[in-house]
Amino acid sequence: MNADPKTFRFVSTNRRVREDRRFVAGQGHFVADVALEGMLHVAVLPSPHPAARIVSIDATAALAMPGVHYVLTGEELAAATDPLMNGLDTPLVRRHPLAVGQVRYAGEWVVAVVADSRALAEDAAEKVYVSYELLPFVISAEDALKPDSPPVHPAHGSNVLLDRTFVWGEVEKHFAESPRQLSFRVTWGRSSTVPIETFGVAASWDPWREMLDVWASIQMPKYPDQIARSLRIPANGVRVHQDVDVGGSYGVKRGIKQTVLVAHLARRLGRPVRLIEDRLDNMGGGDAHGPDRIFDVEIAFNDDGIVKSMKMKALDNAGAYAGRAPFQLGKPIGAIVGPYQIQSVQYRAQSVTTNKAVQEAVRGFGQAPTNYAIETAIDKVAAALGLDRIEVRRRNFIHKEQFPYLIPSGSTYDSGDYHTVVDKVFSHIDFPAMERERDRLRASGLLAGIGIAACLEPSGANSAFEPLLNEKNTTTTWMDSCRIVIDGLGFVTVTIHNTSSGQGHETLVSTVVGEVLQIEPDLIRVIRPDSLACLPSNSPVGSRMAIMLGGAAFHAAQKLKTKLTRIGAHQLCLSEDKVVYAAGGVTASNGGNQLGWMELVNIAHRHYHLLPVGMEPGLESTHVMQVPTGGALPRDGRVQMYPCHSFEFHVVLMAIDPALGKPEIRRYVIGHDCGTVINPHIVRGMTLGGIAHGLGAALLEEFVYNDEGQLITQGFMDYLLPSSHEVPEVEIVHHCTPSPFTVFGQKGSGESGYLGAPAAISSAVNDCVRALGISFNKLPIRISAIGDAIADTQQHRQQEQTL
Amino acid sequence: MKVELRINGVARSAEVEPRKTLLDTLRENFLLNGAHAGCEHGVCGACTVLIDGEPVRSCLMFAVQADGYEITTIEGLAPVPGELSVIQDAFCETHGLQCGYCTPGMILAAHALLQRSVTPTREDIVEAISGNICRCTGYGQIIEAVQFAADRMRVANTPRANAPADKSEAEAK
Repeated sequence: MNADPKTFRFVSTNRRVREDRRFVAGQGHFVADVALEGMLHVAVLPSPHPAARIVSIDATAALAMPGVHYVLTGEELAAATDPLMNGLDTPLVRRHPLAVGQVRYAGEWVVAVVADSRALAEDAAEKVYVSYELLPFVISAEDALKPDSPPVHPAHGSNVLLDRTFVWGEVEKHFAESPRQLSFRVTWGRSSTVPIETFGVAASWDPWREMLDVWASIQMPKYPDQIARSLRIPANGVRVHQDVDVGGSYGVKRGIKQTVLVAHLARRLGRPVRLIEDRLDNMGGGDAHGPDRIFDVEIAFNDDGIVKSMKMKALDNAGAYAGRAPFQLGKPIGAIVGPYQIQSVQYRAQSVTTNKAVQEAVRGFGQAPTNYAIETAIDKVAAALGLDRIEVRRRNFIHKEQFPYLIPSGSTYDSGDYHTVVDKVFSHIDFPAMERERDRLRASGLLAGIGIAACLEPSGANSAFEPLLNEKNTTTTWMDSCRIVIDGLGFVTVTIHNTSSGQGHETLVSTVVGEVLQIEPDLIRVIRPDSLACLPSNSPVGSRMAIMLGGAAFHAAQKLKTKLTRIGAHQLCLSEDKVVYAAGGVTASNGGNQLGWMELVNIAHRHYHLLPVGMEPGLESTHVMQVPTGGALPRDGRVQMYPCHSFEFHVVLMAIDPALGKPEIRRYVIGHDCGTVINPHIVRGMTLGGIAHGLGAALLEEFVYNDEGQLITQGFMDYLLPSSHEVPEVEIVHHCTPSPFTVFGQKGSGESGYLGAPAAISSAVNDCVRALGISFNKLPIRISAIGDAIADTQQHRQQEQTL
Repeated sequence: MKVELRINGVARSAEVEPRKTLLDTLRENFLLNGAHAGCEHGVCGACTVLIDGEPVRSCLMFAVQADGYEITTIEGLAPVPGELSVIQDAFCETHGLQCGYCTPGMILAAHALLQRSVTPTREDIVEAISGNICRCTGYGQIIEAVQFAADRMRVANTPRANAPADKSEAEAK
């Protein structure tokens, strides 16, 4: 169903975001604000070694300290719980919340200490003595691939979690036919989303009701199920409180190991227990790292710059355990050709274990690194031919008449108008003027350049990458739900069934329900029941909530509207096609009698004798929504991935002072098309925030391990997040190509900006330094790397001149 | 040991360990949960409170060090429950936040700036909030919120503390 945008009352209007009021007053309800009576606190002791056998653990001194209640080891926890879920079919890569027998990365949690306060628990953790026998370790993904590399999980037999080659279309034929080919390597450094709130969880166990209550800073699909499985308790004995505000996620906040740890302690000790990670816990062992990937790319193209085929090998460093990380190689398959008409693709996805911290989901689920590789390829094609980079993109873009467009890997793109977005950005910028400005900067002695990136944001997540990469997984639904109740006094309450971390879901559903029922959104109450009262949800991952929660709210509201219309028609003694629903009332089409909202509500709640025969009394509706498109298992390595595809086109003007090496963004413009926008403030915020996040990945952020296997960026002094000084003012050029697959034509925008900014900024840096014969093929491109490379070149030139 | 603190204009006292930070004391002893722990090493600014009107990292200050100073937390900005200050309302108007975790510190930093001047330049605002990391917004709508609040405060007929003249920060220096 596709609503007519011309008739929108609330959708796409500049309404305030209702969640904001509580946060600006300091009245958010975050997990660290949950104080349970008698609550105890946990501190964890991390491993100092990247790989070692745990010989013994002596907690005597710690347990003797006043206020210390318990010291938990991995052995005890592993005996009482089942291993955490793996995404792939890798049963011998066992993962437990605390290390069992062996540590596999520096920072891995070995022991948990429980005390009256966090400070006491930390004091006591220092008195726990663990003796280790060191083992060989491996840090780099390429080393881990070698057959003689030290296996991180000896039982698994090798470090390879996944090595799968897909061939979609006639790749070899297309390569043989193409007059030109090029190949290159780019590397995406291990960065992540790093929310300002770390992960935290509090749990209490009631043995008389056999109920585990959980409050957590969580964004994890099927979180209660995973807790129940690991703790071996019924899922209806796990009650997750969804009314906890999450202080940022963007993918991480998966929290399952922390929750199992704390839940076990709560059950073991008969007291509520809480673990709030400090920044060291979080960065070293809190499952907070993201993709860490080497791309080897080959491109086949012709003299006009038309790209016919691509071979891409992606080698991903998953860290010490499997989890869902390898799936981040699978999701980009749904947009593996980007916005381009590339006819065939060979894609080799390799994921290996190493002695680094575990990789978790990050905004875009692998798409931002893949887009970086694709966009680098297009820049290189243009450079090889001496063609304009934007012209090469235009020539390869899918045309708007071609949608819905089936790509070689089996996904159909819903809609788009890439040429128009580029045209709009071009005229907004006055591109020739930007080129003159670049030349002026160059003439003034600076290195200046323009960065370009065009990319897609697949949105409305299903989880088709699961069965694609793991044949034992036959998941074909990734639903989300909404329930609406109109009470006996006519007030509307809507329930949503997941936590939120700043995406404005309460604003989303109240806007949608208000739109459909034609009532004021601000009068609609939005609540989050605990998980036992919830309908199915798969959480806000995969840029899906505008499509899935918005869609579920739309359909639930439509059902209520239909019911109200039927009640009204019955009361007016007219058939349903002879009445009109408007502004909460029902009126005869011929302009005669009408019934208002309260009259309809009154009949539904109090007057069974006035209801149509067989109609249930009351006003309540639910809708459980299947992801549009898809729903089938993969065939021949092809599957329909996400339904909707937003488009973004980035243009960055950059200047680098050669003496400093510091890249300065002089202008940043993004053309953005995510279909119908439900709330402009929210979409704008996502886009600006995504660009800032992408700037971090491009220039600043990396979890760096040294040769000893130690993480050397463990705090915000070394892992640099962009501040207001680094993030430029961004101009957004808006365009709307509605999706035919969603209720209002909306697409996702939760990952917008981030999916193209790293590629665009890398492109800008490389354009700046091209004249020096330098190029950077690894992110982040740090100031130090730029400065050193420029200095080397200059020194080299001086030497040549001297000779 | 006992500390005597003036918080949001009210004298409060508590028994704390000497090593207890002002942040933990505000949250645990006085149930003022608006200041948040982000990094606890003085970089992110989520724990920002005002000490005699100046933004300070409450994670880097012991409660005992705050004895005798005027402490303002985010809970002290709203005039009455349910009513927002001009700056708080401006953040709602421009959606200068998403998850809300950095927001109290960000608003206090903006509040300190606008107490000094209601004619800040964009650079003044960028500088004033540069010690507060926001991971959600990319700062654009935050800067707009502060500009919007400044506009409204300029035209409002309300006396402000520490506002000798409405100059830009650069001029004031």
